[in-house]
Amino acid sequence: MTQAQVVIVGAGHAGFTAAASLRRNGYAGAIALITAESCLPYQRPPLSKGYLDGLREDRLSFRPEHFYERKGIELLRAYRVEEIDRTAKAVVPASGESLRYDHLILATGSTPQAARLPGNDLDGVFRLHRRADADALRERLVTAREVVIVGGGFIGLEFAAHARGRGKNVTIVEAADRLMARAVTPVMSEFFLREHVSAGSRVLLDTPVARLVGGDGSRVQGVELHDGSLVKADLVVVGVGVRANTGLAERAGLAVNDGVLVDRCLRTSDPDIFAIGDCASYPYRNRRARHECVENAVGQAHAVAGTLTSGESQPYRRTPVFWSDQADLKLQIVGDFSGSDRTEVISDPAGRSFSVNCYRDGALIAVESVNRPSDHVAARKLVDRSGCSSPAQAEGS
Amino acid sequence: MAKITFVRRTGQQETVDAEMGTSVMEAALDNDIDEIVAECGGSMSCATCHVYVDDKDLGRLAPPSDTEIAMLEGAAAPVKPSSRLSCQLTMTAGLDGITVFLPEEQY
Repeated sequence: MTQAQVVIVGAGHAGFTAAASLRRNGYAGAIALITAESCLPYQRPPLSKGYLDGLREDRLSFRPEHFYERKGIELLRAYRVEEIDRTAKAVVPASGESLRYDHLILATGSTPQAARLPGNDLDGVFRLHRRADADALRERLVTAREVVIVGGGFIGLEFAAHARGRGKNVTIVEAADRLMARAVTPVMSEFFLREHVSAGSRVLLDTPVARLVGGDGSRVQGVELHDGSLVKADLVVVGVGVRANTGLAERAGLAVNDGVLVDRCLRTSDPDIFAIGDCASYPYRNRRARHECVENAVGQAHAVAGTLTSGESQPYRRTPVFWSDQADLKLQIVGDFSGSDRTEVISDPAGRSFSVNCYRDGALIAVESVNRPSDHVAARKLVDRSGCSSPAQAEGS
Repeated sequence: MAKITFVRRTGQQETVDAEMGTSVMEAALDNDIDEIVAECGGSMSCATCHVYVDDKDLGRLAPPSDTEIAMLEGAAAPVKPSSRLSCQLTMTAGLDGITVFLPEEQY
């Protein structure tokens, strides 16, 4: 094989796995893995869970430093890509050398929407996106008493469970009429609402936040709700969803619409450029979806690595899997419930171990399980994948 | 430190030192044992760190939790009585010298 160069922008789960998977497949060309951060590539899911409990910093990294040397993966840290020069086939940093590619993989991820909230830059306001956020939060949490979480999604609720477990007064403020509305069925939202309330958290639904209010020294003091009332806070975590990082792709003239648009093989509108993970909008069940989860990031990375190693386009056809650990509740989801026309509850939520099967046109399209890993594992084989590729292809994956 | 021996499909063996309190999965990742994938990072949400524990060592292990047993059902390689998720095997002095066999595939 000729010395080819794969450049990967972003070293989260998608980017890291693409690099590792290329080498695992025996890819012989040069690989450059680019991260804007200065630390080793690391996992993000523990940032709102185990890392707060004291998971060691070195355990957050995917691999130790020597891994990259031994695998011949050039890890470029603190390297910010400003532009893609598609004519020269190179990524261009703010300063320093451009880097030529034969194939470019965009794994640029997503960014929390927290910045839209007035007062988000007050001292004591956190988001949980990067390791530096979690480090600062971990320290502040020691002395905090009144904790407010803006946004009742996975990250907000995971953090709420953690803070409540440490004896903090916790208030969750959610603009929608139920928790985790984008990710789970109403049955599941209701169950988690009851659980968080009975654990002692206060949950305000249908409650948009107007702004975060500071006191002396610009330290956060409270969260002002849309009706003008104030919830006292000395620590605020904002988790109100993310936006795909598409700026680089847009400036390069690639097709973008809430995500970098890719085909079944994860190619962007430029056939030499792929996009994977949170930033990629891909064909899923006759629509486009961006799935923000590890399973999707890893699966798409494997698919692209397979394409580049074999020289034959390999369609991505995994079903997304999501998980969320909140106190002693293990929520595991196969598939995407949106568009389902019928749900069926297996076992009793009162027993804190149950599943929700979601159907569309009679086909099982998603299964949500709480503390029922066996249902979850079975669902991985049962959930219909025919929407994202032909049934025959799905069988073969 | 405790020793762990990984046996590859080829029969090739690799013995590594693991810090007490870390998992067999972590020792594998730290030592370039590529057969361990560990997609979920050790939170028992995938089954890509599957290993077969040597029969001589089975009696030394704490039994698997119900969640681990269930997740193992999703492993890509055949599940045997000696199957474990290596993220759930925490190294103690009592496990020094453990041998695990690596499966053919993890996904």
